[in-house]
Amino acid sequence: MSAAPAYSEDKGGSAGPGEPEYGHDPASGGIFSSDYKRHDDLKEMLDTNKDSLKLEAMKRIVAMIARGKNASDLFPAVVKNVACKNIEVKKLVYVYLVRYAEEQQDLALLSISTFQRGLKDPNQLIRASALRVLSSIRVPIIVPIMMLAIKEAASDMSPYVRKTAAHAIPKLYSLDSDQKDQLIEVIEKLLADKTTLVAGSVVMAFEEVCPERIDLIHKNYRKLCNLLIDVEEWGQVVIISMLTRYARTQFLSPTQNESLLEENAEKAFYGSEEDEAKGAGSEDAAASALPARKPYVMDPDHRLLLRNTKPLLQSRSAAVVMAVAQLYFHLAPKAEVGVIAKALVRLLRSHSEVQYVVLQNVATMSIKRRGMFEPYLKSFYIRSTDPTQIKILKLEVLTNLANETNIPTVLREFQTYIRSMDKDFVAATIQAIGRCATNIGRVRDTCLNGLVQLLSNRDELVVAESVVVIKKLLQMQPAQHGEIIKHLAKLTDNIQVPMARASILWLIGEYCEHVPRIAPDVLRKMAKSFTAEEDIVKLQVINLAAKLYLTNSKQTKLLTQYVLSLAKYDQNYDIRDRARFTRQLIVPSEQGGALSRHAKKLFLAPKPAPVLESSFKDRDHFQLGSLSHLLNAKATGYQELPDWPEEAPDPSVRNVEVPEWTKCSNREKRKEKEKPFYSDSEGESGPTESADSEPESESESDSKSSSESGSGDSSSESENEDQDEDEEKVRGSESEQSEEDVEKRKTKKKKVPEGKGEASSSDEGSDSSSSSSESEMTSESEEEQLEPASWRRKTPPSLCLIIVLSTPTVTPPSVQPVSPPAIVSTSLAADLEGLTLTDSTLVPSLLSPVSGVGRQELLHRVAGEGLAVDYTFSRQPFSGDPHMVSVHIHFSNSSDTPIKGLHLGTSKLPAGISIQEFPEIESLEPGESATAVMGINFCDSTQAANFQLCTQTRQFYVSIQPPVGELMAPVFMSENEFKKEQGKLMGMNEITEKLMLPDTCRSDHIVVQKVTTTANLGRVPCGTSDEYRFAGRTLTSGSLVLLTLDARPAGAAQLTVNSEKMVIGTMLVKDVIQALIQ
Amino acid sequence: MLSLKWRLSSQLRSSCIFNLSNIVDRGGVFEAVNQAISWPLQLRVLAAFSASSASVCRGPGVESLTGTGVGKMIHSLFLINCSGDIFLEKHWKSVVSQSVCDYFFEAQEKAADVENVPPVISTPHHYLISIYRDKLFFVSVIQTEVPPLFVIEFLHRVADTFQDYFGECSEAAIKDNVVIVYELLEEMLDNGFPLATESNILKELIKPPTILRSVVNSITGSSNVGDTLPTGQLSNIPWRRAGVKYTNNEAYFDVIEEIDAIIDKSGSTVFAEIQGVIDACIKLSGMPDLSLSFMNPRLLDDVSFHPCIRFKRWESERVLSFIPPDGNFRLISYRVSSQNLVAIPVYVKHSISFKENSSCGRFDITIGPKQNMGKTIEGITVTVHMPKVVLNMNLTPTQGSYTFDPVTKVLTWDVGKITPQKLPSLKGLVNLQSGAPKPEENPSLNIQFKIQQLAISGLKVNRLDMYGEKYKPFKGVKYVTKAGKFQVYY
Repeated sequence: MSAAPAYSEDKGGSAGPGEPEYGHDPASGGIFSSDYKRHDDLKEMLDTNKDSLKLEAMKRIVAMIARGKNASDLFPAVVKNVACKNIEVKKLVYVYLVRYAEEQQDLALLSISTFQRGLKDPNQLIRASALRVLSSIRVPIIVPIMMLAIKEAASDMSPYVRKTAAHAIPKLYSLDSDQKDQLIEVIEKLLADKTTLVAGSVVMAFEEVCPERIDLIHKNYRKLCNLLIDVEEWGQVVIISMLTRYARTQFLSPTQNESLLEENAEKAFYGSEEDEAKGAGSEDAAASALPARKPYVMDPDHRLLLRNTKPLLQSRSAAVVMAVAQLYFHLAPKAEVGVIAKALVRLLRSHSEVQYVVLQNVATMSIKRRGMFEPYLKSFYIRSTDPTQIKILKLEVLTNLANETNIPTVLREFQTYIRSMDKDFVAATIQAIGRCATNIGRVRDTCLNGLVQLLSNRDELVVAESVVVIKKLLQMQPAQHGEIIKHLAKLTDNIQVPMARASILWLIGEYCEHVPRIAPDVLRKMAKSFTAEEDIVKLQVINLAAKLYLTNSKQTKLLTQYVLSLAKYDQNYDIRDRARFTRQLIVPSEQGGALSRHAKKLFLAPKPAPVLESSFKDRDHFQLGSLSHLLNAKATGYQELPDWPEEAPDPSVRNVEVPEWTKCSNREKRKEKEKPFYSDSEGESGPTESADSEPESESESDSKSSSESGSGDSSSESENEDQDEDEEKVRGSESEQSEEDVEKRKTKKKKVPEGKGEASSSDEGSDSSSSSSESEMTSESEEEQLEPASWRRKTPPSLCLIIVLSTPTVTPPSVQPVSPPAIVSTSLAADLEGLTLTDSTLVPSLLSPVSGVGRQELLHRVAGEGLAVDYTFSRQPFSGDPHMVSVHIHFSNSSDTPIKGLHLGTSKLPAGISIQEFPEIESLEPGESATAVMGINFCDSTQAANFQLCTQTRQFYVSIQPPVGELMAPVFMSENEFKKEQGKLMGMNEITEKLMLPDTCRSDHIVVQKVTTTANLGRVPCGTSDEYRFAGRTLTSGSLVLLTLDARPAGAAQLTVNSEKMVIGTMLVKDVIQALIQ
Repeated sequence: MLSLKWRLSSQLRSSCIFNLSNIVDRGGVFEAVNQAISWPLQLRVLAAFSASSASVCRGPGVESLTGTGVGKMIHSLFLINCSGDIFLEKHWKSVVSQSVCDYFFEAQEKAADVENVPPVISTPHHYLISIYRDKLFFVSVIQTEVPPLFVIEFLHRVADTFQDYFGECSEAAIKDNVVIVYELLEEMLDNGFPLATESNILKELIKPPTILRSVVNSITGSSNVGDTLPTGQLSNIPWRRAGVKYTNNEAYFDVIEEIDAIIDKSGSTVFAEIQGVIDACIKLSGMPDLSLSFMNPRLLDDVSFHPCIRFKRWESERVLSFIPPDGNFRLISYRVSSQNLVAIPVYVKHSISFKENSSCGRFDITIGPKQNMGKTIEGITVTVHMPKVVLNMNLTPTQGSYTFDPVTKVLTWDVGKITPQKLPSLKGLVNLQSGAPKPEENPSLNIQFKIQQLAISGLKVNRLDMYGEKYKPFKGVKYVTKAGKFQVYY
């Protein structure tokens, strides 16, 4: 049997000759029997050993499912193929299983063991796909298994598997919501994940399972902001939308203080009426005046979010652009919202569905922030090829945008539209003209005249629509328009559209004193045709009759009575009721005198003109871009956008403290400062990352970006700077102001709760040291200041606090610092590492902190009687003392008895070397392991630090000898700075060595990786492609170590190290060469 | 009797669970268990049960656990053709009945025109978000709040993928490749949330059909599913597949600019802007790192990027630096929107007049080059939507050919090239319905044209450099200018 014809037959083409045609048409009578037969043969095929037959059968089954046919009776035959080796068969079986497992739960259980095996597979894709299917089988009994699988996958080495785990969370939650607490734990764990692959999926899980647990986001906020640009598009949308909500709960409204300062401006901002009256000019003036004076200072984290989302406006995905747009609309200060307009206008070129959604949102936005879209007015001009629903939305936007200045152009456009062939659109245009006329007093007459001209249009719909709009307009100033009313009265002969007739009648009745002669005549005609009229017209006839009776009873008494009598016997009860009611009211009778005396007041009360306003008004209480906004109704699962808080919640919750072991330290915080705008994209964009992650140029672009990030921002910042002038004397270069500023605000924030800068006793240490360094620096020349200033800048004050608070008994380092604390640069290294790490997440060895040395043994378990001790250089700043190398010590107990009281004993240290010991480990149970962090100040030498490791019963003598590469920490400098420093370190301080690079070691990536694993140095950007530069400072003395590698094409290379510390330089050259030629 | 059955089935179930929990606890045991229980035996037992009692499969307590209210992004997808047949359905969670589409059909009926079907429809229990592409409706069923653009963007991505795989996104192509379609949908969406949407990754997971492959497959019984597992998804350049090899390394860029314009009656420009894209076809081995620079990058007013482009490089140096996906993709789209900048390459003189009290009128249209920058304007087509009362048209073109469709009232004039010596024109009589008043509405005029080897904005690619690979690629840039939404008011 050949497989192909059988399949092609099933594909929906005509049946091959000789092949029976089975149930293509579900309506055909024979379907049951033929289906039955076919399933028999499918079962046979599935039972064979031939993969090709199985595949064929599965393809046919999938085709059945695709057409919505029931294939559930094949379940037993299909499910046993779940273990099939052929990947495609397997995949199709998965498809089947996911579709039918819910219906056949017991049978589905049989397949689960296969997935569980898959969960342990060495291949990450198989693990992931097993988890995907396992979690898609909606069989409640396996909930515990799913839970375990998810938990396990959440700590999988592969980020892809972790991503799948994140996807599985909502699936499990929807199956069994009792698992919520456990799932939240998993979510919390995954939220801490640093890979971009996971971020989007876990936030999606967060949104579905526990959107109310906003506290889980605090610690990850900055990381999410920074990762955002590299997350895939779908994840970006979810994260941005979540962060919008988060920001609304955590930050202060950027507009709140404006209201205190300039009430008018605030109103112009919120109330569209005032807005319109004022026009764009004053609005803009207000906008530019505001930032200069406002005392509001934006939380740096708030700024971070705005800054990091902005580049996404240039995403190719409309959903991402919309997400950023709504974020800016809801979160940005008024002056900055404008940036989104351009991007939104760009989307108007996209598919018509995209246009539809975008225009809805633009319509809402344009009511509140008209100025934003005004420059793009012409982009909303309508083409005859646009679908009607798009035309009408564009019209809405055009109307919202119309103001005193642009109204002539807009009206000219409208004139063209009125001659369109699309009648619905013409009607909408007439309404739009009406709205323009009500909103902009200056053109009211012009519009009215235009509309009156339309009354002679041959198309009845156009005329009718015009009448309705004219009626609304006339209500505003009836006295001057007797002529128009007369004109309308004449139209009653021709117009048949009921709404228009009704409108005319109402107008005549309302303003009958302006047309005293015509009105009774109109009533006469209407009385004649009364029985043939539509209901709304009849009601208006009664209305007209009543009004005329009250004003001109002499002429119309009989007519009125005639009309009322006709109405009394009308088929419609509304009309009968109205007639009865009117009669009682207007015709004086014996008893009802009281009412009829007031009839005039009832009927001829002055009526307020209707307000023609946009249907998009106030729609913005829904989060823009959401389904609820589009439908203007709350959709299931819609998360209300919270109001800004009155008082800002504690911003420190987002600070990521330096934990003992997790490597992130306060990388996030720092990133946000160093981190320029888009550096993430660079840092993580691929294997060439190392080639273009130029740490220094980052700060360049930072200055650029900050200067670009809106005038409001920078001006407010510079103003803020003035205030703080006396506090902070050290200045960076102009371009670095804003960056510095962010930090300063932080300082301020920190200090405020403690009483205006008066630090607590533990704070004093850091304060005094910083002030001393300040005075030093101020005495230096301007140029000299630059560099230390940037150093200082990079020390987050909060970090200092944490450091000092956590280790109040720090022994002062033996060597006084020549330069400001070097800790900064160390943690910067951690930052950079983080960036490169995400790049190479696949390499497990790189997941742990990078050190060339890896884990080294301190104490073998035999020598240690069951206690095994290893150490690693974590390259994190040691939190107690910046001059210390932080060493992670891993203890594990392989004996049978607990080991108690692990601590450091007395040590015989060479001069200068000092140790900060780890807190005593009270007890280590058998089989357990523990980690502690200790700091060693090696005093810039590679001498070993010898010390005793004591337990309650024993003492072991151990020693740690650092590789030279660990004695330094990266610093960041620009190419020019690097050259300048290098120039100072010539001659004796320069060591040069030639070498041949092996073939394996010629790509940028590998060279950089090799150098940075050997020595803890930071990369310096370099103009030429074959040169690599690295810079660092030794930890204790802070002397510069500059490394240059000049690689020539053929593999010849020259390595140069410049350093005051010649010994270190020599050793470093040796080590690096060793690493490179290996 | 029935209770016995229950007990047996639950015993069986518990034994399964026991096995499974063993497996979970100790990975090793699982292997043994799995092998020890032979499939046929289990199945026979189960088949016996299911034959005797249909309801055996579900325990009573079990059911209450299912179906909590939590939804997800995309619940189901229906593909519907123009005549209203649902020819494919895919569900990512529980099955939603086809009848939900009735709400869609209702809206479709109301809209009269396919383009006017609202993309978002609210029904009592679901929301339907749909797109219309290539004469097909992609209708997705949503249960909870989700940004509508998210879904729309995704549906278009699905349609793009079909286009990419089958060369066209048509009902026939989808039906012919229903298995591949299913496999694709399975990969693209996990639990309603997009998983793998990059074409490069998908093509590694599921090979696109080719004639050769389908022949080979039918003989060898092999499949479309890739044997090797992809690496792209796992790296940080998810858009590029690994291990690309070509014998001829080529990189082509098409700079395509479209002029959107509205010209008023007097021939002056109401609105004009240039919408440009750079489409790339990159066939380069290994991991090339390209940078494309322009002579005049400042022209680009508003740009959107493929994710591969390094944004920072663009911001600082105005250079497009990227590691490209393999194959065809859109590198950037941009907009040049200063009105003075836009040169309008053609002008149109037109007049239509109707005599009072007569059922015919005169129609006259002439087209000529305006600023063509020394290039020929070709492929000119003029489309005029005539008023409804027009019955027929009797015209003579000096060049090209024309058709008039009396049903849709669309006049199409295929002009071809413009030669400045003799300007193409189309003149003649318009016949109206007898007795009908002369039409008030104006016909609208849409023009299509093409200019090869010219980017009307003046944008010029300066150079393309490649890093990271040793070979010398063949590079090419092509420019073309087209009319976009180019409309002339009557």
